[in-house]
Amino acid sequence: MRKVYVVGGGAIRIGEHWTFSLRDLMVHAAEKAIEDAGIDKKDVEAIYVGNMSSGPLQGQEHLGPLLATWLGVPGVAGYKVEAACASGGAALHNAFLAVASGLYSCVLALGVEKMSDALTADLTSALIMADDQEYVAFTGTSFVGLNALVYRAYMERFRVRQEDIALFAVHDHKYAVNNPYAQFRREISVDDVLSSPLVADPIRLFECAPIGDGAAALILCSEEFTNRLKTDVLIELAGSAVATDIFSINNRDDLLNLKATRIASERALKMANVDIKDVDVLEVHDAFTILGVLHLEDLGLAKKGEGWKLVKEGEIEVGGKIPTNTMGGLKARGHPVGATGMYQALEILTQLRGEAGKNQVEDAEVGLAQNVGGLGGTVTINVFRRVR
Amino acid sequence: MKLSTEVAIAGYGAYIPMYRVPDEEIARVWGRDRVRVPINEKSVPGIDEDSLTMAVEAGMNALKRAALKAEDIGAVLVGSESPPYAVKPSATIIAEALGIGPKIVAVDMEFACRAGTTAMQSIMGMVASGMIKAGMAIGTDTAQGRPGDELEYTAAAGAAAFVISRKNNETLAFFEGAYSYVTDTPDFWRREGERFPQHFFRFTGEPAYFHHIYEASKGLMEELELKPSDIDYVVFHQPNVKYPLGVAKMLGFKKEQVELGLLSGKIGNTYAAASLIGLANVLDHAKPGERILVASFGSGAGSDAFSIVVQESIEERRDLAPKVEDYIRRRVMIDYSTYSRLRGNIRMR
Amino acid sequence: MGLTARSVPRVWRERRIKYGLIGGKCPDCNRTFYPYRKNCPYCGSDNAHEVELPRKGKVISYTVIRSPPSDFSHYAPYPVALVELDDGTRVIAQLTDVNLNDIRVGMEVEAVFRKYREQGEDGIIEYGIKFRPILQA
Repeated sequence: MRKVYVVGGGAIRIGEHWTFSLRDLMVHAAEKAIEDAGIDKKDVEAIYVGNMSSGPLQGQEHLGPLLATWLGVPGVAGYKVEAACASGGAALHNAFLAVASGLYSCVLALGVEKMSDALTADLTSALIMADDQEYVAFTGTSFVGLNALVYRAYMERFRVRQEDIALFAVHDHKYAVNNPYAQFRREISVDDVLSSPLVADPIRLFECAPIGDGAAALILCSEEFTNRLKTDVLIELAGSAVATDIFSINNRDDLLNLKATRIASERALKMANVDIKDVDVLEVHDAFTILGVLHLEDLGLAKKGEGWKLVKEGEIEVGGKIPTNTMGGLKARGHPVGATGMYQALEILTQLRGEAGKNQVEDAEVGLAQNVGGLGGTVTINVFRRVR
Repeated sequence: MKLSTEVAIAGYGAYIPMYRVPDEEIARVWGRDRVRVPINEKSVPGIDEDSLTMAVEAGMNALKRAALKAEDIGAVLVGSESPPYAVKPSATIIAEALGIGPKIVAVDMEFACRAGTTAMQSIMGMVASGMIKAGMAIGTDTAQGRPGDELEYTAAAGAAAFVISRKNNETLAFFEGAYSYVTDTPDFWRREGERFPQHFFRFTGEPAYFHHIYEASKGLMEELELKPSDIDYVVFHQPNVKYPLGVAKMLGFKKEQVELGLLSGKIGNTYAAASLIGLANVLDHAKPGERILVASFGSGAGSDAFSIVVQESIEERRDLAPKVEDYIRRRVMIDYSTYSRLRGNIRMR
Repeated sequence: MGLTARSVPRVWRERRIKYGLIGGKCPDCNRTFYPYRKNCPYCGSDNAHEVELPRKGKVISYTVIRSPPSDFSHYAPYPVALVELDDGTRVIAQLTDVNLNDIRVGMEVEAVFRKYREQGEDGIIEYGIKFRPILQA
């Protein structure tokens, strides 16, 4: 397997883009990434389009040729990659494989989702497609509801207060203020979170990632290809792995242990030849505050039941032991589901390039992005390293 | 009608939903004097219940009491005037939910509040003739009460199921005979496509309810040479409290004989389940050797009457499933607006 | 919503497992799971056989759905729970016949046959198993 480098990235700010269609979002992000990489669009040999719900929400599948046509590069290889909310990370993994295998030299990985076209109730129906349609969605539970079952079980088992888990949302908002791509750029307090309406007890509205439209893209290429580019900074996608877990949570050994995170992170870190302790900047998939806490634990950064302490004690701040979600995370930067994995990757890229402004983690060299599909059904881990 | 082979109740069960709306509350909304109401309160099905789901629980209770398994049931006949589908039998869904079938006879029947007892008649015939080893007869309804109408005060929800087989040492009560009496009497009806039934007030009394129950009961008692004093309990169809007490008196029964089987004051008129739930309550208490007369009434109109004698086995089997009183005791009061939402009288479109 | 909302064959296909609460038991690793399938999700053995799961259990965790999927709009708010049946198998199901404020982790519940949703006012009705607090007899 040969080395893979990330040479460009671009995105659109996350929000309700009434005038941008799904294809408009994709083209926008793709063009920005191409421009940032300093390449010509004709250099792109393959495109991997991560997306979860274009079918139910837009009535549109077959995003590969759609993007190729609208970008003006018909003939390239490409297809939609779907892994629920991990579609972005999965598209990135696909792009990694394309270059690492030696078959392609320059590829585009993109994630896109347009959620504002649908009514909330229909969106809720679309999102629960991330879990078992026949036996779980059938019960009328929403995706928030499934996570609420985990949240309550966590509080019961470890006797943790909701206030302490809710801090994750407060953390995210603080850093989104300085992220021009973020959906929400204002701070919130724990009281704001705890007094927001209940969505699925005990989960409150401000503990949930918002609904928004977005698209983000990266250009990946071979070492040989990078020689053509004028760049001082070089970032490598050093490790990329995917793992799945039992579908659905009622059949899992431990409700509070999302095994796929551990499996994928072990593989990706090994590939990158680093330990979790070497990670300078982290993006975790906090679709709900409780998940943020659980992911820290499953990544091995805290004992089970103690992930919330890292948040409370400031260890995930930019100056802390393990800076996490330094651009707002899912809660404040936003979560256009199929695109999120790519936003995470773009944010790691920004940090490693030293372009994170007020949110900059000093001397960030190794970054890890964890993207999750469903309730841990799929986890993708991508590890980046600044080479120079 | 006497049977050539002795046929008996092998198992019985009832179900009543937990919600209750007081008649006083209905009177409040419609501006009626609160003391001029026919019953105390009526049962209301939950938002996820219908005549079919109630029948499943009643059927499950009946199977629990019977010394029989689902595989032994050869027929499921369901009497209701409020099935969830106008066309598509509840009987097949209920049968599958209970693990019964598929090599069975199954059908839905309609004869207003008498449909459950008519189902019972048919099962008795099938068992006595040897066509099946055992069958289940169900009466179930989530009765539709037109808002503001007289019947809204009593239209309630409930189900009862009876597993019937040939008489043996393990059956709970056997039939001495049955009698049916029907005429074309349009006291209460619902045209195709209409949501609520119509009735002709006082015409539903003497020419309908009283006439048919009287003829069926008297006919049965004469055929079996029984006097009121030979009968320990009598259960009538119960659209309210007044009518059953009235017809009992007409037939020469005392109030004490009627009381155990008269539940409408507490749960309302459960239509096709009414006389059967009354019977189930009697079976929950009666002693071996005691005799029960049951006479249903269905508008349109007709009455089925049965004479039933309790057997020894009932004492050890009646505790195998929840009793009628357990369901009556399970009460959650709701107001008229919640009642309207549950019954679909106000809707989210 | 959309195409899956009005699928009749799917409901018909799934009914036996749903009405009967049919799980799978793996003879090789001895674990049970719901719903039944021949391949054990734990050890991968393809010998799993059908088993009728117990009808009583307890609530391990629960939530109240206040922002429902479109085909459940009429019913909100309603409780959904992770129920552990008496043999240890876990299922996700709605709770019913219970006041939302009275639900507790550890509550003992029993299976009941109820309506889950309708495919519109003119479509078929989907039934299944929910759980309610054990009826006091």
